Amino acid sequence: LEFILTTRQEQVKLLDRFSTSNKSLTGTLYLTATHLLFIDSSQRETWILHHHIAAVEKLPLTTSGCPLVIQCKNFRIVHFVVPRERDCHDIYNSLLQLSRTAKYEELYAFSYNPKQNESEQVKGWQLIDLAEEYKRMGVPNSNWQLSDANRDYKICETYPKELYVPRTASKPIIVGSSKFRSKGRFPVLSYYHKNKEAAICRCSQPLSGFSARCLEDEHMLQAISKANPSNRYMYVMDTRPKLNAMANRAAGKGYENEDNYSNIRFQFVGIENIHVMRSSLQKLLEVSGTKGLSVNDFLSGLENSGWLRHIKAVLDAAVFLVKAIAVESASVLVHCSDGWDRTSQVCSLGALLLDSYYRTIRGFMVLIEKDWISFGHKFSDRCCQLDGDPKEISPVFTQFLESVWNLTEQFPQAFEYNEAFLLQIHEHVHSCQFGNFLGNCQKEREELKLKEKTYSLWPFLLDEQKRYQNPLYNPDFSPELTLLEPNTVSFNFKFWRNMYHQFDRSMHPRQSVFNLIMNMSEQNKQLEQDIKELEVPIIATAVFIVLF
Amino acid sequence: MEFSELIKTATVENVLLSCAGLPAVKGTLCITSHHLLLSSCPGGDGQAGTVELWLLIRNVDAVEKRLANSSGTITLRCKDLKVLQLEIPGMEECLNIASSIEVRFWVGSEPGPSHARVQRLAGESGRLQWLEAPPILWGSPSSGCPPSLAPQAMLRSSQPLTGPNRKRCREDETLLGTVLDEGERGFIIDTRSAQAAKQARMTGGGTEPKSSYPQWRRLHRPLERGRPLQESFIKLVDACNDTAINMDRWLNRLESCRWLSHVKAALSTACLAAQCMDREEANVLVHGAEGTDTTLLVTALAQVILDPSCRTLVGFQGLLEREWIEAGHPFHLRCARSAYSHARLKQEAPLFLLFLDCVWQLSRQFPFSLEFSECLLLTLFDNAYASAYGTFLCNNEKERCLCKVKENTHSLWAWLNQPGERKKYLNPLYLPNALVIWPSVEPQSIQLWQGLFFRWIRSSQYLDEAWAEIQRKVGSGLVQQINKKHQNWVCVCHLENNDWLLRFQPVQGQT
Repeated sequence: LEFILTTRQEQVKLLDRFSTSNKSLTGTLYLTATHLLFIDSSQRETWILHHHIAAVEKLPLTTSGCPLVIQCKNFRIVHFVVPRERDCHDIYNSLLQLSRTAKYEELYAFSYNPKQNESEQVKGWQLIDLAEEYKRMGVPNSNWQLSDANRDYKICETYPKELYVPRTASKPIIVGSSKFRSKGRFPVLSYYHKNKEAAICRCSQPLSGFSARCLEDEHMLQAISKANPSNRYMYVMDTRPKLNAMANRAAGKGYENEDNYSNIRFQFVGIENIHVMRSSLQKLLEVSGTKGLSVNDFLSGLENSGWLRHIKAVLDAAVFLVKAIAVESASVLVHCSDGWDRTSQVCSLGALLLDSYYRTIRGFMVLIEKDWISFGHKFSDRCCQLDGDPKEISPVFTQFLESVWNLTEQFPQAFEYNEAFLLQIHEHVHSCQFGNFLGNCQKEREELKLKEKTYSLWPFLLDEQKRYQNPLYNPDFSPELTLLEPNTVSFNFKFWRNMYHQFDRSMHPRQSVFNLIMNMSEQNKQLEQDIKELEVPIIATAVFIVLF
Repeated sequence: MEFSELIKTATVENVLLSCAGLPAVKGTLCITSHHLLLSSCPGGDGQAGTVELWLLIRNVDAVEKRLANSSGTITLRCKDLKVLQLEIPGMEECLNIASSIEVRFWVGSEPGPSHARVQRLAGESGRLQWLEAPPILWGSPSSGCPPSLAPQAMLRSSQPLTGPNRKRCREDETLLGTVLDEGERGFIIDTRSAQAAKQARMTGGGTEPKSSYPQWRRLHRPLERGRPLQESFIKLVDACNDTAINMDRWLNRLESCRWLSHVKAALSTACLAAQCMDREEANVLVHGAEGTDTTLLVTALAQVILDPSCRTLVGFQGLLEREWIEAGHPFHLRCARSAYSHARLKQEAPLFLLFLDCVWQLSRQFPFSLEFSECLLLTLFDNAYASAYGTFLCNNEKERCLCKVKENTHSLWAWLNQPGERKKYLNPLYLPNALVIWPSVEPQSIQLWQGLFFRWIRSSQYLDEAWAEIQRKVGSGLVQQINKKHQNWVCVCHLENNDWLLRFQPVQGQT
C-alpha cells in the first residue's frame, strides 16, 4: 500500500481505442491494493487487476490532459487521459510499483479470500486427482508402473513426485537416463492409450553433444518400446527445428543418434523456441492494436508476425503424434530442449485429439494439471508473475489455448466447453488470484504451501460451469477414445478476435448465437420446472373439487 | 442451329467421375442440350438409375482435356467454383464430349432468345409466376424507418455528362434541387476517386461541380470494379484451391488478391451512405460512372443495413429485383465467366458476388437479423452465373423484354418461394429487428466467406451438423411440446433488450 501515491482521481477520461468518433467516458479512477478501478458517469465499472498489467506508458501531454496507456496480459488495452500531468505521473509511478512483485507471498492469491472454510479449501484442491487420472487411462498395468524414484525430487526437481515408467526400467536405468537428459528430465509417461497399448512419453533433450552415449538412456527407450506389445518401433519426436537441435550439440546437448538406439524412428517437427514466439506475439499485438488499420496491412502484419504459422506448426506436430499412435499403434517419445514448453504443447494437444475425456470441462482441467502444471511448465517465468528476466516470458500456454480454440471451431460439437472457458483460464493464468499456476514446478509449489495459503481455481470454474458449456456439445459425437482428425490446411487457422480483442466491444458481432441458444436451453429448463410447480396447485384444486 | 445437332457423342459408358472430397463414381455419361448427366447405374428400362450428377452445361467455366493412351480425362471447372473430373474410356469419345461442352458454352454465350429455353428440373412444380415488384426509382427505406424519423431518400444515377468543357444542365440541377428543401443539405457519394471522376470528364463524363449543385456535398469513396475486381476474384479462388500452401504463402495470397479489402470498402461506403441518412438525416445520391455496378452495390447494401424490411426473405428478393435486376446491372456481361475461365476477360466483374459477400458479413455479425440463411446467398450466386431460370438473364429490362424472358422462362423467386423449398433458405435464428444494423468494418471483423470459397474444397460435415443442431434447438420444439401437453398454459416468446425471453402464462379465460 505504501506504493499508492494517489488513491482517487476525478475527471479522468477513458478512450475507446478503436472508435472512430473519438468518444470517451469521463469518470473517477481509483487505485486499491489489488486493483485499478474506473467508474464512469453512468456508474459502469472497469476493474483491472494489478497483476494483469504488462506495461504502463505515459504519452506526451496533450491539450485535454496527460494520456496514460495500460497494456494488460489479457490483451486489454486501456487509454486514460488524466487532466493534470502531476497526477498522471503519480498514478503512473504507483502502477509501476503495484504491477511489479518481487516475492510470491505478495501475489494476490495469498490475500484473496473467497469466504471458503478450511475444508472447502482442501476439497477444492482435491478436485483434480492425477493418480485417479492415470488409473482412468489404465495405468499402472502389466507394462507400466508408478515409480517412487523422484519421491524427494532428488532425480528431477521440476518433475512431479509420482511418475509412471515402464516396468522394465529399473532404478539404475532411471537414474542413469536422467543424468543424460537436460535438467534431469528423463522419459516418463504422459498419456497411455488403452486400446492401442501405446504411450505418449515426454522428456528433455539428451546430453549427447557430438558423440556421447548413455547405455541407461538407450535402455530406457528400449523399455518404452518393449512396453508396447502392438508395435516394437517407437517414434522420437524432437519438436524443435533441426537447426536449433544441431546448434545445441555444440553445447553438449542435442538429439538422439538413431544408430545408438534400436527400433526408433527419429523426427524433427520444427516448432520455434520461446524467444521467437514472444516476438511473434509482440508483432501480432502491434498490428492488431493499430487504429484505422487497412485489410492489407492487417493481413501482411498477420503474415509477418508468423503467429498463425506457429499455431499451425504446434497443431501439425500434435497431428503427427496422434497418427503414430492411432494408425501405427506406436509409442511416441516427445521432447524439445528442456521438455516443458513445446513438449507440453504437443503432448497435451495429442492427448486431446486422442481422448474425448479431455474435451469435457473436467477433463480439460485434468489435462492442464497433468501436462502443464505437474510436469513443470514454468508458468511463473513464462507469464512474468514475479519481476524477473523478460527473456523468460513467452506465450506458450496461450498458443495451446489458441490451438484448442481452432479445434473447437472445426468441431463445434466435440467439446463440452466453449470459448469463454478458454478465455477465463487464460485470464487466471495471469491473474495470480488462484494458486494453481503460481510457481514454476511442483516442488516450488509445495515449498510455498499453496494448498494451505491459496485456493484452487477449478472449483470456482465448476461452480459457474453453466457459463462455460458449449450448447452444441454432443457427447455422442465422439465416444471414448475417438480420434479427432483436424484439417490443418492453412486457411483453417483464423485470427482469434475474441482473445486479442476481448475487451474491444465495438469489434464484436452484435449478436451471439451461443448466448441465444444457452438462454433458450436455460429458459426451457426453467419452464419445465415452472410447469411442475404449477401442476401441483392445479391437481390440488382438482382434488379439492372432486372431494367437495 | 439447334445445339442437339452439335452433339457428336450423346452417351458414354464407364465414365469415372471424381470431385474433391467425394468418393469417385463410375457410370454412364449423357449429354443433352442443356445438361451433363451421369448415372451410376447402367440404367436399363424400368430400372431407375441413381443420378449422381446433373450439371447445367452453362455452369461450366473452363474445360481441360488430357489424353493418355486410349482414354482421356476432362476437367470441368464450374462457375459455382466446383471442379469435376471425368475419366472417359476412348480417346474419340473424350474429344467429342469435350468439344460438345465447349461448343455448348460458346453458343450459350451469345445473348439472345436461345437462353430462354430452360429445362424443367425433376420435381419442379408447375405453379410458377413472376414476383411482381413495382419498379422503384428512388430506393427509399422510409417505409421501414421508425416513424419518428423524417423519411430520407436515397437516390442513384449515373455520372453527369459534364465533359471537358464543364457543361451544365439546368434540368438536372433542378431535379436534384427538388429533392432538398431550402437550407437542406444532401450528400453525393461518388464511388470513384476524385482523380478518376476528373479524368472521366475527358470522355464526356464527370461529376457534379460544387458551384452548380451548392446544396450537395460530394464525397469520393473509390470502389474497385471491372477487370481488377474480376482479377481479384480469380486470384482468391486460385489461392483457395491451393490447399498445399504454407501459412505465409496463404496469408500473402489472401492479401495480394485484395478481395477482403474490397469487402471492407464496400461495407464502409454503404455505412457512410446509411449514416448520411440515419445520423445526418440528409438525402443521399449515389453514383459512379454508369450507375449499374458499384452504385447498386452501395445502395442495395445501405438498404439492408437501414431497412428491416429488406432483411426478410421476400423483402430481400424485392431488393434484388429492384436494386440489381430492374436497375440494370448487366448480369449477362458481368457473370459470363467465373473465376476459372482462361478466356480473355471482356466485361466480367463479380460485383454481385461482392454484394452477396457483404450481406454474408452482415449475417455473421447480426446472426438474428436476417430472415434468410447463407444457403440463399449461395443459391443466388449459383443462379447469377448459370441458371435454369430466367431471373438473372440479359443485361437490363429492355433486353429482357426483347427476349421475352418473362414469357419464355420461369422465375427463380417462384421456385424459391414454394413452401417446401422456402424452408431451406430461412434462418432459424431470425428475430425481426427494427433497428439499423451497423457492422464493424475493422479488418479483424471481416472474414473470408468459407461457405462459398471453400464449398467444394473442404468437408463441411461438422459445421453442417452443428448448424442442424442449432436448427433443432431453436426450432421451439420444446415450447410446442409444452403447449400441447399443458393446454391451459401457453408459452410465448418475445424480444427484450435484444434477448430472447420465453414467458409462461395461463391461457386467457382460465384461472
